Amino acid sequence: MRIAIYLILLIIGAVLPHFVYPVLLMKILCFAIFACAFNLLLGFSGLLSFGHAAFFGGAAYVSGYLIKNLELPTEVAIIGGVLSAALMGWLVGILAIRRQGIYFAMVTLALAQMVYFICLEAPITGGEDGMQGIPRGSFLGLSLKDDLTLYYVIFTGFILAFLIIYRTIHSPFGQVLKAIRENESRAISLGYDVPKYKLLAFVISAAFAGFAGILKMLVFNFATLTDVHWHMSGDVVLMTIFGGIGTILGPVVGSSIIITLEDQLTDSAGDMVTVIMGVIFVVCVLIFRKGIVGESVALYQRMLGRKNLPQVK
Amino acid sequence: MGILCLGVTMIKTNDYILTTQNLSKSFKGFVAVNNVNLKILRGNIHALIGPNGAGKTTCFNLLTKFLDPSEGSIYFNNTDITKQKPAEIARRGIVRSFQISAVFPHLSVLENVRIALQSKQKTNFYFWRSEKTLKELNQKALELLHLVELETYHNQLAIELPYGRKRALEIATTLALEPELMLLDEPTQGMGHEDVDHVMKLIKSVSTGRTILMVEHNMKVVSGISDCITVLSRGSVLAEGDYQSISSNPEVMSAYMGTQATESK
Repeated sequence: MRIAIYLILLIIGAVLPHFVYPVLLMKILCFAIFACAFNLLLGFSGLLSFGHAAFFGGAAYVSGYLIKNLELPTEVAIIGGVLSAALMGWLVGILAIRRQGIYFAMVTLALAQMVYFICLEAPITGGEDGMQGIPRGSFLGLSLKDDLTLYYVIFTGFILAFLIIYRTIHSPFGQVLKAIRENESRAISLGYDVPKYKLLAFVISAAFAGFAGILKMLVFNFATLTDVHWHMSGDVVLMTIFGGIGTILGPVVGSSIIITLEDQLTDSAGDMVTVIMGVIFVVCVLIFRKGIVGESVALYQRMLGRKNLPQVK
Repeated sequence: MGILCLGVTMIKTNDYILTTQNLSKSFKGFVAVNNVNLKILRGNIHALIGPNGAGKTTCFNLLTKFLDPSEGSIYFNNTDITKQKPAEIARRGIVRSFQISAVFPHLSVLENVRIALQSKQKTNFYFWRSEKTLKELNQKALELLHLVELETYHNQLAIELPYGRKRALEIATTLALEPELMLLDEPTQGMGHEDVDHVMKLIKSVSTGRTILMVEHNMKVVSGISDCITVLSRGSVLAEGDYQSISSNPEVMSAYMGTQATESK
């Protein structure tokens, strides 16, 4: 059943760019990676970071700099960007994981604002204009000039990121994370060095957020301030909650719908988009807290449960 | 503290697994624990009792380093552990339970126990490994669940268990670490009669080969299974001894009942 769903999604992903504008799809994929990385933290470790834009946009700037100013190959730039995001994640994480709940969120937000400020003021980032005209170049011998080629490269990147995050969730490490999410003091009393686990989760999440930002930079040929703005941190929270916190596919579904909506509505509704997004958020939190995927799974299980009720699982 | 607590076996009268020296904790001037000298004999079931607010749970938090003591020191197997972190204490063999039930609600019953078994593995940071590698621990986890009569529920989420079973699951999880010293914070709190008897038997049966320190209000449990009792009142040790001597101690009576000494003023 599960494998069937993934296979269908894989086929859809491979065929879709022939019917839908590939740039929109690439944007969706980038945000899907971003939301999956964020979900690893919020959904599986119980940490609400409000500064993930710093890793998303920060890595895009670093990668862009490596490609545009240092004229390094794309492969190197991607690796460099991901490493820089991981390093930033380590720095922010080490400061933030000492605090819990809202204080954790505030520390991450404050540090992310510092990154925003650096991107605004640093001489190499292009200030308010952002870093523009970053050439796409080539990747493993493939020229990325063509949208369709780039799409498949990014699709592969998405699958790779998704699989690694999936494996992280379903690893011995992931089990410990879930235990920490469920009951932190109990995990400590069982001998787990909780801060170390949280820090590693934070670094992995930051690295993939960075990876998502780099891919987005490749698609649009620029790294902008909106990528590091706190709005971006808020958007990824919305996508994850909308799709379903703590579900595997939730962030993918959430980001697909939100990005498509944004894309469709910008022309017709203009500035109203923000209002519509706000309404969606409120409805989501009030009525279906588990998000689209979470509620669907719950519904499916209820239907299944009714059929063979007498059995204990 | 006239009467010494002797273990039932009486191998060595001074083989203490855990001792504290002048242990104190104050919160902004309020002294919650004041100069407590605990001596816990290896192999005993040692009960810590006292009226509400006597500092029992604070004492527990100090022993497991969930709180830092303001003064005094703690020795486990004659090693000073005062400066260690809670997770280190746990790895040394002092494992605690909590006053409110401390399961992992959205993990299955089996996973609850397995997470404790897993803590001794070296693969815990391997995020690239499949969780299938943890299957080798399932057998051991099921054995532990069998001990507390929960193996039929191993697939259920812990949150779905009734209260008494959650507490049993907690004990199984604690046992998975094979602790030398188990600290149980009110193991029978909020339970019906049958559950109390059940947990009491369970504690007695798991006490072989290990030492147990428990905070308990239920006098039936205290009198039934404990070898030694320490009474705390207002942060200090009021009395220590076996059930007989404690139950006839007038100071203990007054601390609990609030007779003339405390009531008249």
